[in-house]
Amino acid sequence: MKFPAFDYAAPDSLDEAVALLAAHGEDAMVLAGGQSLMPILAFRMAAPSLLVDLKKVPALDRIDIGAEGVTLGARSRWCDIERHAGLAAAHPLLAEATRHIAHYQIRNRGTVGGSLALADPAAELPGVAVACDALLTLAGPGGERHVAAAEFFLGPMTTAIAPDEILTAVHFPAWPENRRWAFQEFARRKGDFALAGVALHYDLDAQGRARDMRIGVIGASDRPHRLHAAEATMNGSAVDAATIAAAAAAASTEVSPMEDHHAPADYRRALVATLVERALQEAAS
Amino acid sequence: MKAAFEVNGESVEVDVEPRLSLADCLRDVLGLTGTHLGCEHGVCGACTVIVDGQAVRSCLTLAVQADGERITTVEGLSPEAGLSPLQAAFRKHHALQCGFCTPGMVTTAHALLSEEPDADADRVREVLSGNICRCTGYVPIVEAVLEARAAYRKMEGES
Amino acid sequence: MSAPNRLIGSALERVEDLRLLRGRGQFVADINRPDQLHAAFLRSAVAHGMLRGVDAAEALSLDGVHAVLTARDLGSPMPLLPIRLQPLPELEPFCQPMLADEKVRYVGEPVAVVIADSSAIAEDALDLIAVDIDPLPAITNRDQAEAAGTLLFPEHGSNVSMRWNAVKGDADAAFEAADYTRRETFTVQRHAALFMEPRGFVAEWDTDAEKLSVWGAAKVAFANRKILAATMGLERDQIDMIEGDVGGSFGSRGEFYPEDFLIPFAARHLGRPVKWVEDRREHLMAANHARQIECDVEIAATRDGKILALRGTNWTDNGAYIRTNGSIAPRNAAQFMSGAYDIEHIRLTSYSLTTNKTPTGTYRGPGRFEPDFVRERLIDLMAKDLGLDPLDVRRRNLVPADKMPYPLATMTPFESVTSLDSGDNHALLDRCLAEFGWDEKVALQGQCIDGRYHGVSVGCFIEGGAAGPSEDARIVLESDGSFAVYLGSAGVGQGIETIMGQIAGDALGVPFERVRVHYGSTAYVAEGFGSFHSRSTVMGGSAIVLAAEALLEKLRPIAAAALGCALDAVVFDEEGARDADGKAVAFDALSDAPVSAEARFENKKYTYSYGSLAAHVAVDPKTGQVDVLDIASTKDVGRMINPATLNGQSVGSIVQGLGGTLLEEFVYDSEGQLLTGTLADYLLPTATDFPNIRSTVLELAPSPHNPLGAKGAGEGEIIPVGGVIANAVAQALAGFGVEPMALPLSPPNVWRMLQEAIP
Repeated sequence: MKFPAFDYAAPDSLDEAVALLAAHGEDAMVLAGGQSLMPILAFRMAAPSLLVDLKKVPALDRIDIGAEGVTLGARSRWCDIERHAGLAAAHPLLAEATRHIAHYQIRNRGTVGGSLALADPAAELPGVAVACDALLTLAGPGGERHVAAAEFFLGPMTTAIAPDEILTAVHFPAWPENRRWAFQEFARRKGDFALAGVALHYDLDAQGRARDMRIGVIGASDRPHRLHAAEATMNGSAVDAATIAAAAAAASTEVSPMEDHHAPADYRRALVATLVERALQEAAS
Repeated sequence: MKAAFEVNGESVEVDVEPRLSLADCLRDVLGLTGTHLGCEHGVCGACTVIVDGQAVRSCLTLAVQADGERITTVEGLSPEAGLSPLQAAFRKHHALQCGFCTPGMVTTAHALLSEEPDADADRVREVLSGNICRCTGYVPIVEAVLEARAAYRKMEGES
Repeated sequence: MSAPNRLIGSALERVEDLRLLRGRGQFVADINRPDQLHAAFLRSAVAHGMLRGVDAAEALSLDGVHAVLTARDLGSPMPLLPIRLQPLPELEPFCQPMLADEKVRYVGEPVAVVIADSSAIAEDALDLIAVDIDPLPAITNRDQAEAAGTLLFPEHGSNVSMRWNAVKGDADAAFEAADYTRRETFTVQRHAALFMEPRGFVAEWDTDAEKLSVWGAAKVAFANRKILAATMGLERDQIDMIEGDVGGSFGSRGEFYPEDFLIPFAARHLGRPVKWVEDRREHLMAANHARQIECDVEIAATRDGKILALRGTNWTDNGAYIRTNGSIAPRNAAQFMSGAYDIEHIRLTSYSLTTNKTPTGTYRGPGRFEPDFVRERLIDLMAKDLGLDPLDVRRRNLVPADKMPYPLATMTPFESVTSLDSGDNHALLDRCLAEFGWDEKVALQGQCIDGRYHGVSVGCFIEGGAAGPSEDARIVLESDGSFAVYLGSAGVGQGIETIMGQIAGDALGVPFERVRVHYGSTAYVAEGFGSFHSRSTVMGGSAIVLAAEALLEKLRPIAAAALGCALDAVVFDEEGARDADGKAVAFDALSDAPVSAEARFENKKYTYSYGSLAAHVAVDPKTGQVDVLDIASTKDVGRMINPATLNGQSVGSIVQGLGGTLLEEFVYDSEGQLLTGTLADYLLPTATDFPNIRSTVLELAPSPHNPLGAKGAGEGEIIPVGGVIANAVAQALAGFGVEPMALPLSPPNVWRMLQEAIP
């Protein structure tokens, strides 16, 4: 399994990188950590004529934490997030979800940008992004534009990124104090892509009722998405056994899981309900 | 395409096709065949090498991407003669049978213990879960890595 | 064995570790020859179809491509992959052609070989070859195979390649008279050995000397040399098969595959060395699969739990062809259905079915893992039906020590009679229960703790080993006083360099450091049978004992002459020989020229190891996840050579068994496409999956059939795992009435059983 032939460029600036993409169109692919892209090339499921390596592009590995939230540069790696002193406090859901991603060696190379841009339906970060209303920054020949996570993921390996654009950053809005949250996934083995997973958060109003419930689900469709019906059952209600059960039931009916050799659709449907239930219990406890 | 990097303390310059993986470069261009290829799609971990202190899969890294990096392979972790404390612990605990996954286990465990000499059994298992061994059932490998911690603590104390 | 027991029984650290840990092993991918070319295989992407043509023109025009070989280039008649073990003439029509001609019968079947300057270029060329296939319906399951609407081999008239019978006593009469009977259908999924080092060869043809050298030999180099000589039209002594370090076999690696012929053929064809290293994707569809079986089996017993009889039918899915050892699993699945139990009446039939899937072969415990699952499940079902304790039922039915030798059912065709030799099943069961802590754990049976249901179970097994007919060893006293041991056994990662050195050291009465062991390659001894059926230690080790005795007898007159004493006054010690007065001559002073002795150990009686395995599981009813909390096993191997390597075999074997029980599965779609063609889809156990595995290996009953008293011990504990885990899951979920009848016990499958059980 040797890679198909391609050219390689490691431009020094974002402008150069964008220019290379613009010049080569769909024949070029962006390389960051390579932990998802290189297996695709090894299986010859893609045959780009040029790989544009972002390794020298400045500032793409930044992790910025501020009053307005957390911004991760596209080249920041799972190990960077894991080791970042302030991130777990600034965005506990993001930090927790990251712990489930892949294995030690992959985590040392795998990047935020790669996970988002290659858009595996079971990948963790895209699920957190949709649950948290994250905003993605794309750089193209005409400058930058921002796309909401809800509009970014279009299907397996399909996103809103144009062939001449590069994903440069993802921004997670500020995390209020006392926010309730949980991340739950079920994978066959540690580090595997999950059969399904749930990232959720909500706040409590003065009466102790849930508001702004956000539940993102992965592995249950061709893309990560929110469970609006389940959210609706919870908003304005106390988080107790009855409402949790109702939300889980709603979740299981609003997903349309794929059927594959890892699991049948009805299993994934039931699994989503279980994970929603467990995540809500965890968040409430 | 040219790439210059350091392997096991020596500077090398190679002129390779961009598509050549770091693993194939180490093995076929530089003759360092201790780095093994078990799957070539980033699952088995046999090809693990240490790049700037971090364990990475050399089958998912291009040789040209290694330009400017510092690389350590299993050969670089082996003393002139005999075994390192980590390797000796593997031997003592019978933590290898066929030995094919072993270089990846050794590089991974070395990277872990260099950073976390107090890693507990759960952490060791978690880190090694990216390396597949078909022979041992992992039990003796975990025992060996746990025993080797003492040597890394000592090194840390000395440095 | 008369030699003192100094090395044998000691957990010596392995010699091979010194190179393997330093990255200095020599695996086949590490071998390079000057001027070598590289091969890649074009494999069928269609499961079943008529092969109309292969157009390689564009591939041949690619820079760096030297040749594209297709069936036409191999001559006529097309060489076939022969059957090595139990070569029944009935199976010959199902032998695989080295390259597909006329028809393709599975996804992954080699259709063409590209030879190029690099493997990358060879792979580039694969994309440029046009293959014209008229698809035929794919046969992917037993129903389709039996319906015979489409035949893989129309001239045979059926998709059933073979039928085996295991018979003992009068099963039908026993069933007629029985108080209790139960009949169930069980299935085991297709999975495989998945050794970590991909296969590979470097072949070099010396035109002047007309000699072929093949690096990458493993397991059965001598048998493969025979096959290669026959298929290439060479004499055996024109071929050297060279074994380096080998990254695991578990039955699968080292069997003769089409590539074993095609790479040497290409090297001779092109007059240049050719190298090929399998990639993991092709490994998953090209190397032997294993285990897939359906068993419709019935048990008969008295109402107080004495098993009277077993009868029924097995269907193994053998894939598209019968390969070198493809008949072993179906035959064993019939003969070993009774396992360690005293069952007087047996009538079992196994049918091997051809389907459009990768051909099958042996995988550690072939045809033993599968029937153990069936029988251990039937025993628990019976105990439940009769209101008995499954532990009592096992104790009641195990073959007692005083009934050995105890005959198993007789097989036809290829009639073979075999008997359980010597052992104490009851003692091993009791020890296992004690090691496991059965009494405390059984209190958790069926309980729900923190949302998970707990279950424990224990099962008993036998492991056959030491297949004959013989093994050769030659020991040479070198002029420097060291001993070189040459052996027909093969190393597949089990540490035989060390183990054989221990045996030789004790047999010669010299220190370990004085012995060097050479094995695996055809150049070392005249004949060899290699490493399969847990035979190396017993067969090769016994040959060493005999060769050592022969060598010392040869040295005796030399020593007597040097010492000036009578022959019977010569005593050998660690350093050399001495006489009664203490006058000594060192080994390095005995002879200027090397002194060599050869011996052959012949044996037709299998050894049997006996053991038990207990497991504690917890099942999450919501996800279907089965967590293995603890496993403890016991096994009696007669005599331990190296307790560390032996224990390593046990623990590794158990974890492989857990993989086959809970994780691993080759999934095909209805078109015969393999859906689990990566290691992200085919799930092997990893370090986090099964942390608590304990094994205890004992030496209670030495084998009466060899001078070491040793028994084959390389497979054992994998055998009971499926049955024990399934029974533990049934115990955990007894409140729901869940009774697993199929493996794997994957989360979706366990969840499905619960859905169907909950009213």
